Amino acid sequence: MQEADGHYKESLYNGRSDHDHQGETMRYIRPQSIEEAAGLLASAAGPAAILAGGSDLLVRMKGGFIEPELIVDIKAIAGLSEIKETADGFSIGAAVPCAVLGENAALKKAWPGVVEAAKLIGSKQVQGRCTIVGNLCNASPAADSVPALVAAGAKAVVAGPNGRRTIPVEAVPTGPGRTSLAKGEIIEAILLDKRAPNAGDAYQRFIPRTEMDIAVVSAGVNLTLGEAGAIKSARVALGAAAPTVLLVEEAAEVLVGSKLDEATLERLAKICAGACRPIDDKRGTIEFRRKVAGVLAKRVATTAYERAGGK
Amino acid sequence: MNFDPRYSGRSFSSVGTRPLRPDGVDKVTGRARYGADFNMAGQLVGRVLRSPHAHAIIKKIDTSKAEKLAGVKAVITAKDLPDLTDGDAGMFDTLDNCMARKKALYDGHAVAAVAAIDARTARQALKLIEVDYEVLPHVTDVDEAMQHHAPLINDAIFTEGLEEKPVKPSNVSKRTQYGHGDVHQGFAQADFVVERSFKTEQTHQGYIEPHACVASVNPDGTADLWVCTQGHFVYRQHCAQLLGLEVSKLRVTSSEIGGGFGGKTHVWAEPVALALSRKAGRPVKLVMTRDEVFRASGPTSATSIDVKIGARKDGTITAAEATLRYTCGPYAGMWAEIGAMTAFACYKLENVKTVGYEVLVNRPKTAAYRAPSAPMAAFAVESAVDELAKEIGIDPVEFRIKNAAQEGTRASYGPVYGPIGIGPTLEAVKEHPHMRAPLAQNQGRGMACGFWFNFGGQTCTDLNIGMDGTVSLAVGTVDVGGSRASLSLVAAEELGIDYSQVKAIVADTSSLGYNDMTDGSRGTFSSSMATISAARNAIKVLRERAAQMWDISVDDVAWEKGHAVAKGEKHGNLGKLSLKEIAAQSGKTGGPIAGHSELVADGAGVSFATHICDVEVDPETGSTRVIRYTVVQDAGKAVHPTYVEGQYQGGAAQGIGWALNEEYIYGKDGRLQNPGFLDYRIPVCSDLPMIDTQILEIPNPNHPYGVRGVGETSIVPPLAAIANAVSNAVGVRMSHIPMSPPRILAALEAEREG
Repeated sequence: MQEADGHYKESLYNGRSDHDHQGETMRYIRPQSIEEAAGLLASAAGPAAILAGGSDLLVRMKGGFIEPELIVDIKAIAGLSEIKETADGFSIGAAVPCAVLGENAALKKAWPGVVEAAKLIGSKQVQGRCTIVGNLCNASPAADSVPALVAAGAKAVVAGPNGRRTIPVEAVPTGPGRTSLAKGEIIEAILLDKRAPNAGDAYQRFIPRTEMDIAVVSAGVNLTLGEAGAIKSARVALGAAAPTVLLVEEAAEVLVGSKLDEATLERLAKICAGACRPIDDKRGTIEFRRKVAGVLAKRVATTAYERAGGK
Repeated sequence: MNFDPRYSGRSFSSVGTRPLRPDGVDKVTGRARYGADFNMAGQLVGRVLRSPHAHAIIKKIDTSKAEKLAGVKAVITAKDLPDLTDGDAGMFDTLDNCMARKKALYDGHAVAAVAAIDARTARQALKLIEVDYEVLPHVTDVDEAMQHHAPLINDAIFTEGLEEKPVKPSNVSKRTQYGHGDVHQGFAQADFVVERSFKTEQTHQGYIEPHACVASVNPDGTADLWVCTQGHFVYRQHCAQLLGLEVSKLRVTSSEIGGGFGGKTHVWAEPVALALSRKAGRPVKLVMTRDEVFRASGPTSATSIDVKIGARKDGTITAAEATLRYTCGPYAGMWAEIGAMTAFACYKLENVKTVGYEVLVNRPKTAAYRAPSAPMAAFAVESAVDELAKEIGIDPVEFRIKNAAQEGTRASYGPVYGPIGIGPTLEAVKEHPHMRAPLAQNQGRGMACGFWFNFGGQTCTDLNIGMDGTVSLAVGTVDVGGSRASLSLVAAEELGIDYSQVKAIVADTSSLGYNDMTDGSRGTFSSSMATISAARNAIKVLRERAAQMWDISVDDVAWEKGHAVAKGEKHGNLGKLSLKEIAAQSGKTGGPIAGHSELVADGAGVSFATHICDVEVDPETGSTRVIRYTVVQDAGKAVHPTYVEGQYQGGAAQGIGWALNEEYIYGKDGRLQNPGFLDYRIPVCSDLPMIDTQILEIPNPNHPYGVRGVGETSIVPPLAAIANAVSNAVGVRMSHIPMSPPRILAALEAEREG
């Protein structure tokens, strides 16, 4: 909350000489429980925002794009800042910074693709604050962690005024900047399955620079190998290729049963290029995004295959 | 004053060493004060309302609601900045650019401003200002703007420089031509001719510190301005003229500067802040956001350039011709003219012709950007030179050496060169190990040359000797690249004392005579000349004081290595007097000891550089990485070699960004799509290799130490060097800068499809 504090002090200082100014107020609340947070959001009269890392929210506020009436800081809620290893897999709390994902050896070993995606967001400094749930709920088509989570088959635990529900991650974003969450709903955690042996995932994005950039197009692949080393199951997701993340089932079908030979990779590239529904914009052309989506799918599938123990 | 600026070939003890810069610790600990770090009691927050339209008539502005908002202390429009420019067309354009009068001419053009008690109130007030626009058709592309059917930006502009005075107004404000000989005859003698067209997109200097100032206008007509600028004396002149203030009553203090590169040589926010302060009766701080910096400060030109060069089989260029079209924003400029002057400056040519067209477009007013206009011209020319070398079958370095300008060559822009460094930089490149390093698959090597004029100009310094023998040096050129360290070295050298005994500051406009700004690579060149002159004047006083202390004639006192020495046999028994000893007695021998200097630093030596660059291109994505880079440049004399190297590296880094990813992207609506560092991609650290440097020292005959300006030339060759490297890596000639991945991939696909 450094930014918001700064604004507050500025107002206070300048206000000393001018008591005639009465702007609207902004409420900042740091609830102790998820129920309290959901209640606050559900009963908010004006625009309300959830604050975890703040790496999207504060930038948008500073840029004047939003002026929330209520900010609910979820970092004090018990359990939300933890990564739990359960019998079923991992539960990553909504307030866990992406940098912490990279420090969790078990998670890194099980889901290296998810972790590498989370560690591409923003800069080192931003990674100390930003969260994968925030990345998901910001609902940018170019979000880095989302294609990796979708490929991993991750699920989101949604808490709200009517209790909890668990939904696939791909069901959260519905369009640029829009989600399926109802008023008062908060994603409490992201669930990742316990890792099968001989499985691997990977994520890559294309950016014109080497870091501190936003994906022009991206790909996440998650593979499990059978006993003979052929691919048993696969999930392929593309980012920045359509208004929301794309789960390309046809691409997965091409991979299953293969040992990722040259012909399979070419078919994978072609299917991914064809599955894209990109736009021409300041970051890239339709043609470019299609071609590079295919190139990335090949490269990412190759990495995931190696991580799964395939040769 | 009888100052002799000629090069003396002396040896040095301080100049050429690498001490720490005096401003370094403050900068890395956050103590240094930049533009936004000044504050005054009762200060208001200024904010500017900007046009969302690329081209629109301002029919009416209603500020009444904003004025009524509690906490708002002043609202201004163009009415509060009346035209006091008295027929000065350039200043009128500056005024109109600060606050639009009849038309908004680009997305981001200022139309009104407020001063309020805090940022939030100011933002709310902007929303309450009602502007009635009549939106007009707009044009942002340089070639489209030259078409006859293009929307006309200013109906009072008729193309200057044509043989017949045009009858219709035009978006081309001026045509200029340079060259000599007969190019038709020259091309007739050529065995090989290369003719190509190139485009470069608009880029911004990308300085990290946004424009920021605090203005305070008093009821008695005096005023103060604290501002981040490259030239506070120039800002004073311009602000005083636009506001109707007396020059001596406006005191301008420059802050530390977080980058300028030419972008802080023009006023934008400052007259607005002064007008707000005058109306509100309180100090006003105005800090631009990054969005405002991109939309409404001064980027460089977008260009469209045609080049034709012919050569004989033996590699002699017989003729060279270029037509250069540069955007100026919506006001007349001289950007294409500079491009036309620099385009072929590296070469010895019998037949050469360049034509420049200044083109008005609905983009922000073009400002200088480090060797303004030269990089684009060099990109076009050096790309064509490389291609021509390939066609002839001659090594590109040899080809350039064969045709390089030398002492006595008549430059394509007119003058005859003195001793210059283009040949030596090429010879150094030829011998450089970088040229022989192996390359892997998809890697390519390119090289290119660059030229910049350099500038001298009006300069004034004061050198004061304290009673403890330390020296304070007050200069009027803003320190953008370590000049306080360099000038302290020069003062120490001349006085014969240690660097640590000299403290240099940048004085405010009321403390020193007029100085031109830090542009044209003039800071160290001109202020070192004035510092040498001031030191020599101080030495004259020191000698007089020593003579007085010894009670001998001043003619018998010499100055050697920081000491007064009595000359001749009759004074042989007198010991030396140090500067410190003379200073300690100054109260009794005539008062403070000082040296002053005011001069016009003529004879800034021209500057040349040759760059080598290796790139690796990913043929599947069009992504390009610069993997090795070497700058070879003539410095005349490197006063502080570390900061000379810093200038070489900085120019190359900016050139790499420009070559690969930086560009202004406008939508069909004429609005800038990428006014931020996320989508306006300057390189980050990890995008760049270590940039290797080699300093050559070919003394400038017109400076006592041989110094030439070094700040700008380093951005001239990179666009071409990288384009040549890409061409050598993957076999496609890129004619459009930036060579972004989509452009390279499209070119590769086109090549593959044949």
